[in-house]
Amino acid sequence: MLDSQSSDAVAALEVENLRKTYPNGVEALKGVSLKVAQGDFFALLGPNGAGKSTLIGILSSLVNATSGDARIFGVSVNRQRNEAMKLIGLVPQELNFNQFEKPFDICVNEAGFYGIPRKVAAVRAEKYLNELRLWDKAFHQAREMSGGMKRRLMIARAMMNEPRLLILDEPTAGVDIEIRRSMWHFVTGINAAGTTVILTTHYLEEAEQLCRNIAIIDHGTIVENTAMKSLLAKLDVETFVLDTAGDIAGLPVLEGIVLRKVDGRTLEAEMPRTHDLNSLFAGLSAHGITVTSMRNKTNRLEELFVRLVEGGRNGQGQNGRGAAA
Amino acid sequence: MSANLAANMVALRTIARREIVRIIRIWTQTLIPPVITMTLYFVIFGKLVGSRIGTIEHGFSYIQYIVPGLVMMSIINNSYMNISSSFFGAKFQRSVEEMLVAPMSNWTILIGYVIGAVARGLAVGVLVLLVALLFTHLGVAHLLVAVTAVALGATIFALAGFINAIYAKKFDDIALVPTFVIAPLTYLGGVFYSVNMLPAPWRQLSLANPILYMVNAFRFGILGISDVSVWIAYVVMLAFVAVLGAIALLLLHKGVGLRS
Repeated sequence: MLDSQSSDAVAALEVENLRKTYPNGVEALKGVSLKVAQGDFFALLGPNGAGKSTLIGILSSLVNATSGDARIFGVSVNRQRNEAMKLIGLVPQELNFNQFEKPFDICVNEAGFYGIPRKVAAVRAEKYLNELRLWDKAFHQAREMSGGMKRRLMIARAMMNEPRLLILDEPTAGVDIEIRRSMWHFVTGINAAGTTVILTTHYLEEAEQLCRNIAIIDHGTIVENTAMKSLLAKLDVETFVLDTAGDIAGLPVLEGIVLRKVDGRTLEAEMPRTHDLNSLFAGLSAHGITVTSMRNKTNRLEELFVRLVEGGRNGQGQNGRGAAA
Repeated sequence: MSANLAANMVALRTIARREIVRIIRIWTQTLIPPVITMTLYFVIFGKLVGSRIGTIEHGFSYIQYIVPGLVMMSIINNSYMNISSSFFGAKFQRSVEEMLVAPMSNWTILIGYVIGAVARGLAVGVLVLLVALLFTHLGVAHLLVAVTAVALGATIFALAGFINAIYAKKFDDIALVPTFVIAPLTYLGGVFYSVNMLPAPWRQLSLANPILYMVNAFRFGILGISDVSVWIAYVVMLAFVAVLGAIALLLLHKGVGLRS
């Protein structure tokens, strides 16, 4: 796996002051700058309409930037479009293949568009359709496949030119958990083999589990760009949901912990991350409350994401603590 | 051959092959309907009406006279419809993005689609010509002229169909031009009559119709007769290819209707 690169290594993606204003006046990107290191698994998150798809559109040359530039492994998308595109594999948000074609043909044709001879393409198509468990559907019309299969087909198609940078724009939207896991197994595998991956998703637990670095975009501006661990460390308060063995008669008062009764056998405990959990359990135990199970109320990244985005809208600071204030 | 050119040639073959496979896959929609339509033309205008007209020019029977025009009509219609429906379909399904993201030149996309459209036009032309031989006998007066005339006619309408598909926003938009532009121009383009039969100013006005030159060039190739100079017909056809080709490439370069 290619981990963090030395500072002089060329970035897999470098975006400089990218702006996009659509003809209707909508300013989708307001000077976005971003750097993704080689070998990274990078999350690009943001609410709907934040500018993620516009940014990905510019990287894949489907959208023309108003100003600024993006470089893929040092190759300018503006000035050397074809060279830059050779380095990219794109899995778009919307299905964008001919549903009347067969998956094998879709993959082989995709390779052909990249100038890859048909014989080589056929071998690759078999390899990736197999790896994404689609080979048994390879010679059926794509429209006969399930939604999850179609999503996997788009990943297989994006791999046909064996890109150095794979961009996944909400690849698991509407996909069941089993297929999502198999997709992540595949993508983490190719990332481990050296392919840089940029992921946008609304499933924040995916981003938290998979990605090492993260950028959050909102209203066309990057509001956070840091390592996932650093971002999560900014979360100052966590809320746990506790299931108890018996009915809760009354709530104890514990220093630094806010307890709320959800129902007869469920509690919520809001506490600073610095506070140790042992004191919570000890306090509850002293009041005759036995905890049988415990879970986070929300995904940690989700909590930060909401705070950052809402904080940005309220004109507050850009880090988790400030935004949470 | 440079690596870039070699890669573009692979991409070109891929697009052309995909287009031809599509034509074959839906042959009941692409190849059969025009043959049935033209068979009806041969029966009604050639046999039933034509037998009462007798010879029309230079001793050719009416059915012999209209066959080249009807063949050319099928070619240009099918060439146009193939590219406009296929490229607009790709836009509609967004599968065009596969090509727009790929590192290939705009001319590769254009020529690939034009090859597919010309292939369908020529395939339909051959089928219609074979059907025509069931109704009358025909020779080939100038083979090279006949072949180049149909190739140029198909190319012109393929390019026009491509431009139409670029601008089209819904399927209705690709049906408008064949209905309101191509059909009238074809019927007034000397398919069923010689423009020499027309009085002034209709004859002079007919000379502004580009389809007249395509029909007459092909008629010269098959029958050896034409209402217009074949050289002028070539100049007109080549000029249309150059102008429409340049417009299509410019639109692709600007990303009109394709890139935001």
